[in-house]
Amino acid sequence: MTAVPGKIRAKQRPGDRVFSGSALAAGILILVTLAAVALFLVVRGVPGIVADPEDAEILNGLGFWAYVGPLVFGTIWSSLLALVFAVPVAVGIALFITHYAPRALASLLGYVIDLLAAVPSIVYGLWGLLVFAPAIKPIYGWLVDNLGWIPIFAGPVSATGRTILTAAIVLAVMVLPIITAISREIFLQTPTLHEEAALALGATRWEMIRMAVLPFGRPGIISAAMLGLGRALGETMAVAIVLSATGVITFELLTSTNPSTIPANIALKFAEGSFGIGINVLIGTGLVLFVISFAVNAVARWVVSRRKEFSGAN
Amino acid sequence: MTDTVATTARPAANSLTAGKLPRWTPWAILGGSLVVSFVIFALIAMGSGGEIPVPGVAVVGALIYVVATVVLSGLTEGRRKAIDRLMTTLVIGAFLIAMVPLISVTWTVVSLGLERFDATFFSESMRSVNGEGGGALHAVVGTLLITLTATAISVPIGLLTAIYLVEYGRGRLARAITFFVDVMTGIPSIVAGLFAFALFTALLGPRSQSGIAGAIALAVLMIPVVVRSSEEMLRIVPNELREASFALGVPKWLTVVKVVLPTAIAGITTGVMIAIARVIGETAPLLLASGFTNNMNYNLFDNPMQTLPLFVYTSYRQSAGTVVADLDRAWAGALTLIVIVLVLNLIARLIAKFFAPKTGR
Repeated sequence: MTAVPGKIRAKQRPGDRVFSGSALAAGILILVTLAAVALFLVVRGVPGIVADPEDAEILNGLGFWAYVGPLVFGTIWSSLLALVFAVPVAVGIALFITHYAPRALASLLGYVIDLLAAVPSIVYGLWGLLVFAPAIKPIYGWLVDNLGWIPIFAGPVSATGRTILTAAIVLAVMVLPIITAISREIFLQTPTLHEEAALALGATRWEMIRMAVLPFGRPGIISAAMLGLGRALGETMAVAIVLSATGVITFELLTSTNPSTIPANIALKFAEGSFGIGINVLIGTGLVLFVISFAVNAVARWVVSRRKEFSGAN
Repeated sequence: MTDTVATTARPAANSLTAGKLPRWTPWAILGGSLVVSFVIFALIAMGSGGEIPVPGVAVVGALIYVVATVVLSGLTEGRRKAIDRLMTTLVIGAFLIAMVPLISVTWTVVSLGLERFDATFFSESMRSVNGEGGGALHAVVGTLLITLTATAISVPIGLLTAIYLVEYGRGRLARAITFFVDVMTGIPSIVAGLFAFALFTALLGPRSQSGIAGAIALAVLMIPVVVRSSEEMLRIVPNELREASFALGVPKWLTVVKVVLPTAIAGITTGVMIAIARVIGETAPLLLASGFTNNMNYNLFDNPMQTLPLFVYTSYRQSAGTVVADLDRAWAGALTLIVIVLVLNLIARLIAKFFAPKTGR
């Protein structure tokens, strides 16, 4: 064949058209669904956002932004606290599974950590309220008595233990599995040659991890933390049950006055039965939550894709 | 071999082990620290007449262990080795810390849940029940109906989208779908519930909570998980299989249906099971979209429908934290839920293990 062949086109059978058409339709349906989610939140939420404080009982005479402000603060504050606890522990677990545990046990231990993700959030809520909060209350008392001069530990201590710190620790347990899973994947992808080179130069195991594994995995850890943050922001029932919220802005961790979070507030107000313009206000707060978690997830994906060839997160 | 003999005979003469702590040192220090910690707490308990707190002994013992190891290793082995031992302790400690909530949750749910985990619990609803008795049959039925409907909605959409992305998708549209599937993964569950609620009140007017609204909320959460896992599985189907099929003159759609899908079906099933396990425990979207009730309801399209997570939540709310009959029902519901999720996960892992395609990796 000396002549350059033209582009070969596959024969288009009816079956092919129907099949590829329906596959395409399914893909487009996903885009439509997402657009519908955004559209319905906007259409039903905006009346709540611009509602006159006099009409909406739920606002207590405040404007929408004054109502949602403490909720946004509480959502972000509790999630950040959860990350502060979860990320070091998760990285430690991932290192343990990939570099410390015996090979034969490693995947089994991974499953065990994944079991934490199998517990529904409502169960974490009940556990946090009825088991964890009473158990940790004495420690809070000790912290207030001995470290009360640090502003965030200021008293008086909560009588129930249902503080923002308790909620944050429960959240930390809930986001631990996802951060661990992603960090583990990335640590496994560290080039073995880098690790062996470090060891051959006489590095101890920790020095090898610090010089070869952690620098390689850093973008992955950051994006894992961001994805965990996204989870924590949207977590509803555990916070709704555990936290005894009063809707104030405060950094104090151990008192009985705590900020609420957007999802917990929506769930509680719905369970109490709010109707009319109150629902529009709640959907408005849901829209704010959607925007926040969208932004967090977008940044996380961007960090991953920027370093895609190095990090293993998908 | 002669070296090891020499080592056992004259340990000090071997330059490889000189200046190192023997292998049993960590265990010895750990035992010693726990004993010291126990003695401290025992003395305090004798002084004040209280009990010895077991968690306190463990925590203080661990702290003593860390300090003792670092000091001893620092004196005999040098600073670098001491830091290495410290970090090893911290890494193992991180794993043990994560075990505490897992064991505590499991123990709590099993011990408290078994109280009412009986035949009545699975054969009666909560209609006209006040106080003792009653069951969660209405919630189990509701959970099954809503989850099955959500699965029936999301599996075809998710699977076809994955097929589009792997087999057909090129260019901007495929990239957009990939990106927005990622975005969808991050939708908070309560937002999905708000969406279904807003959609159905717009269509049917107020008070339109129903099983189908809950199923749609769950489908929004499930679709991206199904797409992600199916896409992964379709991508690892070896290209040689497709090419062999094309070479025999098989049309593309038949290749996908008869060659690609059967090869990947085990992995896809696993992904679907894990997606079901993830949404079956969702409480918040169902609270908004399908409501809660004490009655049986087999009709997806009318009236609120109870589900297991909501059963746990409403029982807890009714108990106000004190009424034992309600709390027992809540824990039994929680146990049922965890058992369902675990069984789904187990089936998924078994399918993945025994039917996975051989990829040569």
